[in-house]
Amino acid sequence: MSEAAQSPWQTAIISRVEKRTPRVTSFFFQPSRPFAYLAGQHVDVRLTAPDGYQARRSYSIASAPEAGETIELAIEKLEDGEVSPFFHDVAAVGDEVELRGPLGGHFVWSSSDEGPLLLVGGGSGVVPLMSMVRHRAARKSAVAVALVFSARIWDEVIFRDELIGLDDRKDGFNLVLTLTREPARRPSDYARRVDVAMMVQAIGRLPAPPRLAFVCGSNAFVSAAAQALIDAGIAPEVIRTERYGV
Amino acid sequence: MVTRGFSGRRPPTDNDARIPPGQYLEQGFPVLSAGPTPRVRAEDWSFTLKHGPRPIKKWNWAEFNALPLSKMTRDIHCVTAWTKFDTPWQGVLVDDILADAGIEPPTDFTLAHSFDGYSTNVPTKDLTIGKAMVALLYEGKPITADHGGPARLLVPHLYFWKSAKWLTGLQFTARDEPGFWELRGYHIYGDPWREQRYTNDP
Repeated sequence: MSEAAQSPWQTAIISRVEKRTPRVTSFFFQPSRPFAYLAGQHVDVRLTAPDGYQARRSYSIASAPEAGETIELAIEKLEDGEVSPFFHDVAAVGDEVELRGPLGGHFVWSSSDEGPLLLVGGGSGVVPLMSMVRHRAARKSAVAVALVFSARIWDEVIFRDELIGLDDRKDGFNLVLTLTREPARRPSDYARRVDVAMMVQAIGRLPAPPRLAFVCGSNAFVSAAAQALIDAGIAPEVIRTERYGV
Repeated sequence: MVTRGFSGRRPPTDNDARIPPGQYLEQGFPVLSAGPTPRVRAEDWSFTLKHGPRPIKKWNWAEFNALPLSKMTRDIHCVTAWTKFDTPWQGVLVDDILADAGIEPPTDFTLAHSFDGYSTNVPTKDLTIGKAMVALLYEGKPITADHGGPARLLVPHLYFWKSAKWLTGLQFTARDEPGFWELRGYHIYGDPWREQRYTNDP
């Protein structure tokens, strides 16, 4: 993607900070040179110490392309991390970091792409999927979407109220929550790890088999979820994955 | 631009010479791929050498494993910014594949092809004279499916997306033809020491 390719480092100011869950906080960045992006793309963030040492990480964009110039990154605090503890413990509104983007041309969805769409996210793996869900809502797209979102507990369901609000519209967006360490709270939700039966039922909420499936999360989650999708009859060519962690 | 309040957790300085700019040291072995993990059985695997559309030679699993096995222990560098030291691989050097086919490299460019349709381009000179292999073992054991088993390309001096997983063949091409990620915003060459991550990086 040439636009991704040509974007050099630029400064971005933290314009807002919003705690999402006990472990995830959203940071809103105002780039000095705003850019267009696609739902599912990411940015690289670069931090520089006084002696010139630099650390860089990739973070998926959570905001919709329609959200304006401000980029939302929902960052999970990793206790043994180097960059995420800086954001959680040090960064504040008004601080500047360096940012580069948008990046990535594969794990992306546009409302002009065909549906139905199956999204499967584990933990903070929901972030790029949230950009797609928000993009669909902003465009008032009629593409049918099912989002299967696995979290450990109810309070760790990132964007929970917003997602349930979108689900309540009954406009073709279906939210399927599954909690791995607590009982389900809603009648249509689950309390177990993602499996084939859950994928079959999620696909059943769509009017037709998904044309595209996006799976994002830890490596173990993506391996299990992608295999469950294949076992549920989804062709491997339809499935796009994004993984993080070891 | 110094980031307020950031001191970083830099690696020990004696490692500086081994860590390319913008990379951090990783002890685990992260997995990255564009799609689900293909499960390729050794008995279904084959490796084809091509010049353009024309097959030069094809090996099945047993034939390929009968080629000379070499060891390479190398530092690897992923474009997502992790670097892993001293990864131990065994496999067949591209030199030995060419020797078995009885050819010299016919063109300056090569496309590596994978079982799942992935492809990546590497200049031919970056594959020969001991620089690259088709790896069959990691830490002395068969490579797991997540890491590209049964066979993956290993081009350790370039960013690791060039080391295509689930390899099914190498194809010599007349021109430098971008592969899967190179068509999606990633650098055509990918030298970690020059930080050639994305298209148009210098």
